[in-house]
Amino acid sequence: MALFIQLTLTGLTNGAILALAALGFVLIYKSSDVINFAQGEFLLIGAYVIFGLVAQVGIFWPVSLILTVLIAVALGVVVERLVLRPMIGEPIISVIMVTIGLSSLLKAIVSAIWGTIPQAFPAFIPSAPVKILGATVGEDRLWALVIAVLMLGLFNIFFTRSREGIAMRAVADDQQAALSMGISVKKIFAWAWSIAAATAALGGLLVANIVGVSGELAGFGLRVFPVVILGGLDSIPGAIIGGIIIGLLEAYTGGYIGQGLNQVLPFVVLIVILMVRPYGLFGQEIIERV
Amino acid sequence: MLTLNNVEVIYNDVILVLKGMSLHVPEGKIVGLLGSNGAGKSTTLKAISGLLKAEDGEVTDGNIQFLNADIQHKDASDIVRQGIFQVMEGRRVFEHLTTEENLVAGSYTRSSVNLRDEIEIVYEYFPRLKERRHQTAGYLSGGEQQMLAIGRALMAKPKLMMLDEPSLGLAPLLVMEIFNIIKRINEEQKTTILLVEQNANLTLSVADYAYIMESGRIVLEGAPLDLRENADVREFYLGLTEVGQRKSYRDVKHYKRRKRWLS
Ligand SMILES: Nc1ncnc2c1ncn2[C@@H]1O[C@H](COP(=O)(O)OP(=O)(O)O)[C@@H](O)[C@H]1O
Ligand SMILES: [Mg+2]
Repeated sequence: MALFIQLTLTGLTNGAILALAALGFVLIYKSSDVINFAQGEFLLIGAYVIFGLVAQVGIFWPVSLILTVLIAVALGVVVERLVLRPMIGEPIISVIMVTIGLSSLLKAIVSAIWGTIPQAFPAFIPSAPVKILGATVGEDRLWALVIAVLMLGLFNIFFTRSREGIAMRAVADDQQAALSMGISVKKIFAWAWSIAAATAALGGLLVANIVGVSGELAGFGLRVFPVVILGGLDSIPGAIIGGIIIGLLEAYTGGYIGQGLNQVLPFVVLIVILMVRPYGLFGQEIIERV
Repeated sequence: MLTLNNVEVIYNDVILVLKGMSLHVPEGKIVGLLGSNGAGKSTTLKAISGLLKAEDGEVTDGNIQFLNADIQHKDASDIVRQGIFQVMEGRRVFEHLTTEENLVAGSYTRSSVNLRDEIEIVYEYFPRLKERRHQTAGYLSGGEQQMLAIGRALMAKPKLMMLDEPSLGLAPLLVMEIFNIIKRINEEQKTTILLVEQNANLTLSVADYAYIMESGRIVLEGAPLDLRENADVREFYLGLTEVGQRKSYRDVKHYKRRKRWLS
């Protein structure tokens, strides 16, 4: 029982962080149809920037946190403006190649600045073990879970209640019609990229806090693909539920069946689900009225 | 309020679609713009609203004036902010958003406004939308979607509302209902209306003035009563045929006219 609770908590934490990273991915795909292969590197950058600010420059961590988010937002805007906007109207495959190129570039920048040796993350989130229902987990994991869930909740409110959030979904549905109500599609694209970069940066920070800062973090980012394909490329709730499902699955297979298999099983489940629901669990079908 | 002077529009740098289009919409009136498929009605509206640029179209000659200022080089969001709102052909509701979210999207350019009150005004005109407020817009009926498209425009509180074929694909009774509401919006909200249609009969019954366009320019204009008297309009737009005319002559002329109208 203790093992089960332990695995569940681990899975939920990983899942919630995955969901955060996936959310940005979905946002970009929804609003601009771009599949962003550099999403993992956004995690990486977020983790290294806050590591640099706190551990190397020595800035008080809440200030660093705000700075990191701002830097991520700026990065999102720059990437959208300089890399993606010139690609509007180009074939999907070219755009994909560009985001793959972007991911290599960002990775190279990170290793040029910080090198490739893994580093310990500054311990500003307490990580003492806590006992819950007989299971023992690090306090940092609980914080990660709380923060990720809080962020996801905030996003939900943003997308359903705020004018800006509704406008983003409107652009995803019909760009021309959105334009006709004075919504600036360019501004929305910039929003999507900055939110994606900022959430990924936060996700990166949370993972780094648990496993340390290293190039591996981008690999964590790669796991958003099974998540978004499972949840539906264009579904925000799908990203969240997909993240939780994959997180739990990995934790349970790792704990009960064996390490190694936990990297494979999510993909098996993915294939099975896609056979039943080709749009993913929550993907938007084309609405056809009779 | 709105004046088009000899406007020329070219798509993709080569396709000339508007060839010297001129038109005037006085404040507070309903002006009809009639014409068959492909005449350039939608292009005219897009030239005014700035949506042309997103389709690789460009105003290459002439000018478009709104409240005495040139607007042909402004972009779409500026034009909405100045008070012109285009209700696009084919309704174009945001299918995956709810009715109410669609209305919120319509109010995008008006940041300091009490949304609840504005939404209630739309529901007064379209009570059916209120019943469907939390429904996904993609599953509304065609008529309800058209109401939503007009409701979205109301949310922007435009000075000039341009409607592109609101009767398209709707049952006659519903079309009547929608035209009545357009008339009410014009009277109660003091919204000036430019109404693009193929349904000449109904348009002439609500409009104060109407234009008829054909391959990129205006070929006929006048008050509805005068247009109803015009033989060409009677025949090709109102579907009335003159009785008692000499047949042989009429057939020749018919052929020529039909070719001109419908080419
Ligand atoms: N985006 C476009 N690119 C090229 N040609 C276009 C485009 N949109 C419309 N046209 C052409 O312009 C002409 C007028 O179209 P349109 O303005 O839609 O007419 P209407 O609304 O009166 O039916 C048509 O011949 C159409 O093929
Ligand atoms: Mg048209």
